[in-house]
Amino acid sequence: MTTTLIGQPVTRVDGHAKVTGAAKYTAEISLPGMRHAVIAGSEIPAGRITGIDKSRAMAEPGVLAVLTHEDLPKVATQPVLTLSLAGTVAHGQSFFPMQDPVIHYAGQPVAIVVGETLDAATRGAELLDVTYERTESITVIDEGRDRSYVPEKILAGLAPGEMGRGDVAAGLAAAELTVEATFTFSANHQNPLEMSASVASWDDGQLTLWDATHGPTATQMTVASLLGIPASRIRVITRFVGGSFGAKAMIWAHPTLAAMTAQIMHRPIKLALTREQMFTGCGLREDNEQTITLGAAADGRLTAIRHEKLSITSAYDDWAEPALSGSGELYACDNFAAVYHLIKGNTMTPTFMRGPGETAGLAVLECAMDELAERAGLDPVELRVRNHADVDPVSGRPWSSKGLKECYERGAELIGWGDRDPRPGMRRDGDWLIGMGMATAIYPVYPLMNPQRARARLYADGTAVIQTAASDIGTGAATVLTQIAAEGLGLPLEMVRVEYGDTSLPFLAASVGSTGSTAGGNAVHLAATGLREQLVAQAVQDEGSPLHGADPELVDVVDGVMVGPSGSESYGEMLGRNFVPETEYLGTYQHRVDDEHALLNFGAQFAEVAVDAALGVVRVRRMAGVFAPGRVLNQKTARSQLMGGMIWGLSQALLEASHMDPRFGRWANPSLGDYLVPVNADVPEVMVETVEVDDPFINPLGIKGIGEIGMVGMAGAIANAVYNATGRRVRSFPITIESLL
Amino acid sequence: MHAMSYARVGDVASALAEGADPDSRFLAGGTTEVDMLRIGVARERRLIDINDLPLNTIEDLPGGGLRLGALARMSDVAATPSVRERFPMLVQALELGASAQLRNMASMGGNMMQRVRCGYFREAGMPCNKREPGSGCAAQGGFHRGHAVLGTSEHCFATHPSDVAVALVALDAVIHLQGRYGERAMPLEDFFLQPGDAPEREHPIEHGELITAIEVPAAPVARTSLYWKVRDRESYEFALVSAAVAATVTNGVIREVRLALGGVATRPWRARAAEQMLTGGPAISDAFEAAASAELAPAVPHPQNAFKIELAKRTIVRVLERVSAA
Repeated sequence: MTTTLIGQPVTRVDGHAKVTGAAKYTAEISLPGMRHAVIAGSEIPAGRITGIDKSRAMAEPGVLAVLTHEDLPKVATQPVLTLSLAGTVAHGQSFFPMQDPVIHYAGQPVAIVVGETLDAATRGAELLDVTYERTESITVIDEGRDRSYVPEKILAGLAPGEMGRGDVAAGLAAAELTVEATFTFSANHQNPLEMSASVASWDDGQLTLWDATHGPTATQMTVASLLGIPASRIRVITRFVGGSFGAKAMIWAHPTLAAMTAQIMHRPIKLALTREQMFTGCGLREDNEQTITLGAAADGRLTAIRHEKLSITSAYDDWAEPALSGSGELYACDNFAAVYHLIKGNTMTPTFMRGPGETAGLAVLECAMDELAERAGLDPVELRVRNHADVDPVSGRPWSSKGLKECYERGAELIGWGDRDPRPGMRRDGDWLIGMGMATAIYPVYPLMNPQRARARLYADGTAVIQTAASDIGTGAATVLTQIAAEGLGLPLEMVRVEYGDTSLPFLAASVGSTGSTAGGNAVHLAATGLREQLVAQAVQDEGSPLHGADPELVDVVDGVMVGPSGSESYGEMLGRNFVPETEYLGTYQHRVDDEHALLNFGAQFAEVAVDAALGVVRVRRMAGVFAPGRVLNQKTARSQLMGGMIWGLSQALLEASHMDPRFGRWANPSLGDYLVPVNADVPEVMVETVEVDDPFINPLGIKGIGEIGMVGMAGAIANAVYNATGRRVRSFPITIESLL
Repeated sequence: MHAMSYARVGDVASALAEGADPDSRFLAGGTTEVDMLRIGVARERRLIDINDLPLNTIEDLPGGGLRLGALARMSDVAATPSVRERFPMLVQALELGASAQLRNMASMGGNMMQRVRCGYFREAGMPCNKREPGSGCAAQGGFHRGHAVLGTSEHCFATHPSDVAVALVALDAVIHLQGRYGERAMPLEDFFLQPGDAPEREHPIEHGELITAIEVPAAPVARTSLYWKVRDRESYEFALVSAAVAATVTNGVIREVRLALGGVATRPWRARAAEQMLTGGPAISDAFEAAASAELAPAVPHPQNAFKIELAKRTIVRVLERVSAA
């Protein structure tokens, strides 16, 4: 295979449509006869509805209906939390609203108002009179600290509530150095630019649903299970998605509510969440406390790691963001223990958010490692190299590929690590104290649980279409799939078009947990190369072809022309001569369980910060990230995605916080005016590089994924840089001015 | 959002006639007002669009002052060469406020009328004495990290959000109003009321009265001036603390000083106690610290915003050091 297209910095195939506004997002879909539905959310966090008076809402001109739990059909199946990674249903929580008057969390849908216009429906929802009986609520850790428990399993049963190996007590007893610290993290919401939306339309018992989601197939199966209709009667379309960051990775109530409302109203219905509803409609990263204990020998080698986390989950699910497993995988250490503690509270079930798990857990581990480096009198990079896990410390297996030491080395070069003074508070630039810090990043390579499919079709005119169901949530998936297809088929890029985001296309699971390129990429690769082999096989058997009788192994395809040892012709010429208008191949990628290797994604991240010595203001000056994500499919989109991850890491470290007012059980800052995300002025020089590691074991294309790893180490690196600048260990995220005054 | 009617007027007389409707309000840049209407905090049913009124001029006054039409856009004022030359702190306050897009829309008069950022004020259904007099103040005991420590009352301690008003108050600006029964003018400082026991009343302006202009008297001291803004995010965020300062220092002695604070008070806060202590004294850090402490002495902290007192003091010291070294 000639490698010419994969890896090239190809410009996004949908870039023009996006910057000109031609790209239509779900909330921009408009259908003839369509009406608008608006959710009215609970104003209390716990209790029950005692009455809903619809009269003022119904009196508003343009309001067509007010639907409550008394009007809505019952769901056919009680949802059970199931991760979208599973590739089947993807219930975000084991609860469906508007089935009874019980309130579990503020913002929980209590009514749907339907209007001729969005304004009428919105006004109707404002005028709805709902009365409640409120009961005691728990919405912050301090309210439920005495009621915590250790769950048997977290993550929908996929991970244990406690884990470990060896003997931590013995490891700590043997340690010459110990570090113990507790960290707190604010709750966070994903806040993609595009709010979630669904448009539902029924026609003769068939449902067409436009939905802003990572996985049209996940929406299809989830809605089918809740409505109790066959998946074959539901088509889900997701053309463009304006970011997600986890908000659209699981399937929440709104697509099903839209479908139910459309059924009741006999009209197409558009249901879009408001920005405020994005804080109570699609999960969150729960606020949490983590305590870590490291034990080490005098030379810095780890003898024990203990890591615990305490957080609030919903009344009905044992959700904990899997923050602790990374501490057991990153470094060579024989003794490891981790425990999740949960409190049942009045929140919806928390969910995935940017680098779920490792992002929060590694911030803690890597800050503690920075303290350990100081205690041991070692350079932080050297400490990490000394504890480098040459084999997977969990399974003892060799890594399928690693590249971490190269990442450390190159990252240190990029940031100028050699200029760092290990003594805090030594570098100054006017009012600013300057510091540097670093951290390691790892992210799991999640196995795909079911066959992933893509279809390649070649027309006699020489152009090709690639079809697969998954959506492009803004990562550039459509672009890299085009590259993979063009390379596999031996066609120029402009001859290949990718169709995606539609369940009428071959199955692909939701692109979550950095699996999008693995699933889509490998399925498309197999479809394209399979079709090419099929076409070459046809040519060498075709007596009319100049390739007749050639060894297929010796046939190359360049720009759609099959070139054999003794002759050549194009795909189109062969199909035309045989009166074949088009031909197809269905590629199926089945993840092969590798019992011999451990799979993990690695990177190293560095930051230089400036802290105003008197005023406590922190500004990041430079960031460097070097990653070893296997094969890079597109240098440009990969760089953008990794850079985006690093900027989100800056945001986690310094800006983002959702503030709960426990008296009301409601979020106090549910707007982009008050929930801070970075603006361009916050973003410094960001240096991104990749270390190419050849991974022949992981999947046919050698991809580990780049969706999450860019974020994972950034907050730790920034916190460590703040320490190097100021001598203060801030253990509360985000790091704000008041902690540095 | 409720249904509304809309009228567009071309002259002041028509605006005043339309404004007599008690269920009406004027619409200028709309950058805060449209939000207020959308979230149901502003409930009037008639909007009178005054953007066509001839009130957008920016004039140099004889002697070095300025007259800013109420409809002059923030970005236009900031771009005016004479403003940049004579009043650097005014320009800095404008350019550190909001975003470029908002500054292109927002008017100077509207900026004086912008509403507080308190989340409870903006959330219908929450207790708020400013929105629903007598309903209580949910920010007390609630989320109030951004709230004020000066000029507060038990009824309200929401921070006044403007940047440019802080600079204008330091410059002794005068605001001009016109109503159906005549024109009047008052010091801009008096245009902002402390919440006291009536936080719903923010300005001594009558319904239907128009802001026509803001005058800035000549102030040679302002040629050496600056506006400093402390915030979590580098741009597009309200101040945690800000300070507008102008000073004339000769031979190490402060001859004249103007100082006003933003982000810490319920109104743009003229720091008169500090000014008085500083004037005629030495331009040294000890004096700056003493003045800052005196200004913040009456501050009332709440658990989440107590840090603002120290932050404000340090910011005052910072700006005084800067301006006296200039």
